[in-house]
Amino acid sequence: MSFFQKLKSKFKQENQEEVSTKYKKGMEKTRKSFSGRINDLIARYRKVDEDFFEELEEVLITADVGVNTVMDLIDELRFEVQRRNIKDTMEVKEVISEKLVEIYYGDDNEEIEALNIQSSGLSVVLVVGVNGVGKTTSIGKLAHQLKAEGKTVMLAAGDTFRAGAIEQLEIWGERAGVEVIKQNEGSDPAAVIFDAIKAAKSRNVDVLLCDTAGRLQNKVNLMNELAKVKRVIEREIPGAPHEVLLVLDATTGQNALNQAKTFSEATDVTGIVLTKLDGTAKGGIVLAIRNEMNIPVKFVGLGEKAEDLQKFDANAFVYGLFADMLEEQAES
Amino acid sequence: MAFEGLADRLQNTIKKITGKGKVSEQDVKEMTREIRLALLEADVNFKVVKDLIKRIKERAVGQEVMESLTPGQQVIKVVKEELTELMGGEQSKIAVSDKPPTVIMMVGLQGAGKTTTTGKLANLLRKKYNRSPLLVACDVYRPAAIKQLETLGGQLSMPVFSMGTEANPVDIAKKAIEKAKEDHHDYVLIDTAGRLHVDSDLMQELTDIKELVNPDEIFLVVDAMTGQDAVNVAESFNEQLDVTGVVLTKLDGDTRGGAALSIKAVTGKSIKFAGMGEKLDQLEAFHPERMASRILGMGDVLTLIEKAQANVDEKQAKELQEKMRTATFTFDDFLDQMSQVKKMGPLDDLLAMIPGANKMKGLKNVQFDEKQLAHVEAIIQSMTKKERQDPSIMNASRKKRIAKGSGTNVSQVNRLLKQFEEMKKMMKQMTNMQKGKKGKGFKMPFNPF
Ligand SMILES: Nc1nc2c(ncn2[C@@H]2O[C@H](COP(=O)(O)OP(=O)(O)O)[C@@H](O)[C@H]2O)c(=O)[nH]1
Ligand SMILES: [Mg+2]
Repeated sequence: MSFFQKLKSKFKQENQEEVSTKYKKGMEKTRKSFSGRINDLIARYRKVDEDFFEELEEVLITADVGVNTVMDLIDELRFEVQRRNIKDTMEVKEVISEKLVEIYYGDDNEEIEALNIQSSGLSVVLVVGVNGVGKTTSIGKLAHQLKAEGKTVMLAAGDTFRAGAIEQLEIWGERAGVEVIKQNEGSDPAAVIFDAIKAAKSRNVDVLLCDTAGRLQNKVNLMNELAKVKRVIEREIPGAPHEVLLVLDATTGQNALNQAKTFSEATDVTGIVLTKLDGTAKGGIVLAIRNEMNIPVKFVGLGEKAEDLQKFDANAFVYGLFADMLEEQAES
Repeated sequence: MAFEGLADRLQNTIKKITGKGKVSEQDVKEMTREIRLALLEADVNFKVVKDLIKRIKERAVGQEVMESLTPGQQVIKVVKEELTELMGGEQSKIAVSDKPPTVIMMVGLQGAGKTTTTGKLANLLRKKYNRSPLLVACDVYRPAAIKQLETLGGQLSMPVFSMGTEANPVDIAKKAIEKAKEDHHDYVLIDTAGRLHVDSDLMQELTDIKELVNPDEIFLVVDAMTGQDAVNVAESFNEQLDVTGVVLTKLDGDTRGGAALSIKAVTGKSIKFAGMGEKLDQLEAFHPERMASRILGMGDVLTLIEKAQANVDEKQAKELQEKMRTATFTFDDFLDQMSQVKKMGPLDDLLAMIPGANKMKGLKNVQFDEKQLAHVEAIIQSMTKKERQDPSIMNASRKKRIAKGSGTNVSQVNRLLKQFEEMKKMMKQMTNMQKGKKGKGFKMPFNPF
């Protein structure tokens, strides 16, 4: 079975029609430009030659995949093309998406994408990232989702710095119908989180989602503050935080790699939430992050509403990128 | 490594050329390859890189090797000139309408930093131009966006016009202008909701506001960390609204910021201001040349010097120079200098501007350095007045006393004394050397030890 067929049948089998439709719709803009360019490329080049690879390199770089990863990928493609003796560009299309998924998973399996929630007792999720990437919004969406799954959820207003941040989280709390633990603007975030853990324990909450203030990763003091917040959580609950989610904006370029590295050093990031994928940005940087570091993407943000958060699925992601082509193939 | 500066990357290529009389086509090809990678890693748009490389090739081939510059340096110089040229001159003027109030509209993607920038701009208008702005909350979508602007208004003691989240942004803008006229505000700053450039309904809303209030400036706020998509975003906003300028935010991060370059190259709209921090006074005029250095990974020495200039009083600097020249520089002067360096901002911010500093071993762990600085300070403070003026009187018992008083040990004291003597010597040499040359007469007022 060809890779594309596998991808398609996967959605049929697992009754993932709905997921794939959401990805397709959410990533409409992203996809159009990406698969459009690959299609165009393939139409223009009949033969797989150096010029073809050079232009392919361009397409990938404009998707923010990042120079190093693109070079790796192109090298592997060259090798594959030779090994399988591929001459026709049509056939390369499949190899490209296959390699993309491969880079993504590496040696891991698909379980890496699941959120680590304890079956009993309190699970703590710490949400971190630079300013304006969508931390608070993602927490709102996640609260909505977890509650729909029957969990009891509580939010901690750990962004005590940005004007209006506490109120913003409170509104999301209201929308999802979950309690928000807060203190005044300007108070110590570690103290807020400490309070929230106490409250979550006493009220037998399943999941505590902790918001934090946005911070640029090169601010040493602010990164230390974050490490302190994490230590407070560790001290209060053995094994916590169960997840440290780094929120990345899909429009971010190569700096996202710096973000992933530095935030990981400070807080041992366990997963990524990739937001704003409903724009035209392609979020190729997650491939670079997977290629250079071992952090999986767990969720993607596809809009501003509570429902606009999807569990990440690399197959669906690549499916989203190539959806037009898949349909085309099915028709022909 | 992904984030090495261009200067480092070119080292190897350069080595091959040194000693040659002329830069050959092959040399240029190799170098432009490195430049291309460096620019792409800095998020400069792909198309922009292509054009740029073409121009650089044309200019670089056949260059005579000048005595003062290695071929590599020459090529970097060409690249830097081209980059600076692309970004245009410095333009941080804000429009003034002959019929007040002057209206400024802030637009951009979600999370770019519009609201904070609105606050900063209001602060700048009042501080620098003595204006009285009215802030207008037109973001009725994002939860607590109005509250955020109101809080900023509160911090600035400036009025904020809002009509809640039920009102239509177009109506809000219209009423705000009436209100501004009534209350004699000479500027109106309209904060709009973040939106995707492909969201046609929300983009139409901006057009409606624009047509109604006829703004004198429309600033597109762009996150400096944006990747390849920056040009698509900027092009769409510009096509729809014909923006008058760009504000680049979060430049205090460690991004190379290639998006900056691409936006100007593609839309022709200048970057006017840069956000340099979360505080309301951290909005600065944008400097294309410094940005060019940064994109190439060459550090930002100019900003560092300017920071030093802004924080050091001219007269003090002159006196200091004289002391340095005559080697009568004392430990008291040294302490003075240290406090001046501190005024310039956190040490890690300053270090980030020094080319290559991030790679210097001892500088890697900045906190360690701050501690070191505190030790030095404590040692000097434990000296008597006489010892500070004339360290030559220092003997074993004095050193012991100082070490005890400062919570350090004698070898630390010794090290400082030795460094101080060397520094004095070096200063004397340097100042005498510089006396021969003309120039602005400004010397770095401190000595990084
Ligand atoms: N279009 C879109 N906007 C988003 C998404 N996630 C967050 N946002 C918007 O991005 C802006 C910043 O989000 P916020 O949660 O305040 O960021 P924070 O500073 O990281 O907490 C808000 O206007 C959000 O509505 C997404 O997936 N798609
Ligand atoms: Mg937030």
